[in-house]
Amino acid sequence: MSDLAALSNSFQNWYRFSRNPTAVIGLLIVVVAILAALLAPHITPYPDHVGAIVDFRNRHQPPSAAHWFGTDNVGRDILTRVIFGLRVSLMLAFVVLIIAVPFGTVMGLLAGYFGGWTEIVIMRLTDIALALPPLIMALAVAAVLEPSLMNAMLAIASLWWTWHTRLVYSMVRQIRALEYVEAAETLGASKVHILFREILPNCISAIAVKTSLDAGFVILIGASLSFLGLGIQPPTPDLGTMVSDGASFLPDYWWESLLPGSAILFVALGFNLLGDGLRDLFDVEDVR
Amino acid sequence: MTALEIRDLVKTYPVRNAFGRVSGEVRAVDGVSFTIPAGGVYGLAGESGSGKSTIARMIMGLTAPDSGDILIDGVSILGQRERALVQMVFQNPGASLNPRRTVGQSILVPLAAHGFAGDRRGRIGDLLDMVHLPRNFADRYPHELSGGQKQRVAIARALAVSPRLLVLDEPTSALDVSVQARVIDLLEELGRQLGLTYLFISHDLSLMRNFAQTVGILYLGKIVETGPVAQVFQDPQHDYTRLLLASVPVISAEEAAMRPVIPLINGEMPTAEELMALRAGLNAKEPAR
Repeated sequence: MSDLAALSNSFQNWYRFSRNPTAVIGLLIVVVAILAALLAPHITPYPDHVGAIVDFRNRHQPPSAAHWFGTDNVGRDILTRVIFGLRVSLMLAFVVLIIAVPFGTVMGLLAGYFGGWTEIVIMRLTDIALALPPLIMALAVAAVLEPSLMNAMLAIASLWWTWHTRLVYSMVRQIRALEYVEAAETLGASKVHILFREILPNCISAIAVKTSLDAGFVILIGASLSFLGLGIQPPTPDLGTMVSDGASFLPDYWWESLLPGSAILFVALGFNLLGDGLRDLFDVEDVR
Repeated sequence: MTALEIRDLVKTYPVRNAFGRVSGEVRAVDGVSFTIPAGGVYGLAGESGSGKSTIARMIMGLTAPDSGDILIDGVSILGQRERALVQMVFQNPGASLNPRRTVGQSILVPLAAHGFAGDRRGRIGDLLDMVHLPRNFADRYPHELSGGQKQRVAIARALAVSPRLLVLDEPTSALDVSVQARVIDLLEELGRQLGLTYLFISHDLSLMRNFAQTVGILYLGKIVETGPVAQVFQDPQHDYTRLLLASVPVISAEEAAMRPVIPLINGEMPTAEELMALRAGLNAKEPAR
């Protein structure tokens, strides 16, 4: 009975989602990008072009049947490197969000439910963090430590959780006053139960929407860092680095920076469209 | 034998001015005392703002009283976290059931919280039987249920840990009139079966006349009149009681006969809001700017 009900429920949700063309396009882009990144060694035409290979006879080749996206200034296939570059971008978004979202959510739950000093300490911390742009923070960390993907991820994650804290905090403040939370209190439920079983399930859809929108932003920030040479270091392919390298050969060899740039645009766009679609589906307000 | 005793309960809330300074206080509950005998039904009546819900919240431990005591079977429950002996049915079943949890999961909450060790699934089924709902409702979500069915689930959940006393905070005011009577019938039946004691909080006096044995009329945080239902309703002593009774719609001749013939005092009685505003030093009649 419950399985049937759940099935019909998820079917209805999928139907509503599928009627929203931009959401479906977003989902499609995200799924294709993730699959391509996972299967990169198997689907790319020149998997060995990932490394420090130099093939001067084929440098600056325009897009052709052999090289769909053309070749770069040392003769490497750009399509291959774009697909491998997706790996870095998606990995950055994944790691940042898997740290920031659960941590920010728990902080928001604590601040919203307990109030008092807990709230003051946590919410003033978020105010401080929100005053620092993540890109500037990542630049500072890269300058003090060394520029690497790991440092960039940690720098972004250390600020990003505050957005989720603010979102969850404002939701908990509303939910906390509802009767079912008071009912759980009078029934003797523990604080842990009330926070994670009564309140959290009612925040999940908003968190999912925000996380999807965030993925696009984090990818953009990661690409900006690499563009400035502070992200992942060569020869590992990275979309931001490729845009930067190709920029010196504009406009003659336009494909070297324009096509990797388009890849960034598409992935970020995909996550944003998906997030907007989820927002319409769940009918969540108050999320950027 | 007394099931519940309320002794001189007081709860005040500070009134703040525009700058956040405390400029006065509102006595939401002002020295309320009453007792309910085991198996009895005590009706607490009064308009919104009279302090009804504050009393319920203090009994449930959601709000701490400033002074006074609450005793169940002669033992004070203030400061105790464990309150299995007293449970509550909330006003709006649409809000008191978590929309993300199935009926079974909701009923499981008190069982798990109080360490129920036996067959939980079976106990949930038994509780649904008790409120005359099909056992397979355990797998449904609140939005699949009607208002009356949801309130039955809320009653089953309150009964899960076998309480002695049930606080009913306007349990039918969110329901259709046709459903109200059925829920009241169920409560009466359960009261007889399980020997429950009820504190019935409502502003609906016609409902109270049928259900409660003793009533207390609450006005501005004080019980202004109390006694057996028949006595209070037929021969009200306090002006406020008369006002309340006069505003009950009358349907049958039988009910009309129960209506007091004593003429009302002249003029209007101040409402709780107006009086509190006056006490807080504001003028409620002042036009809004």
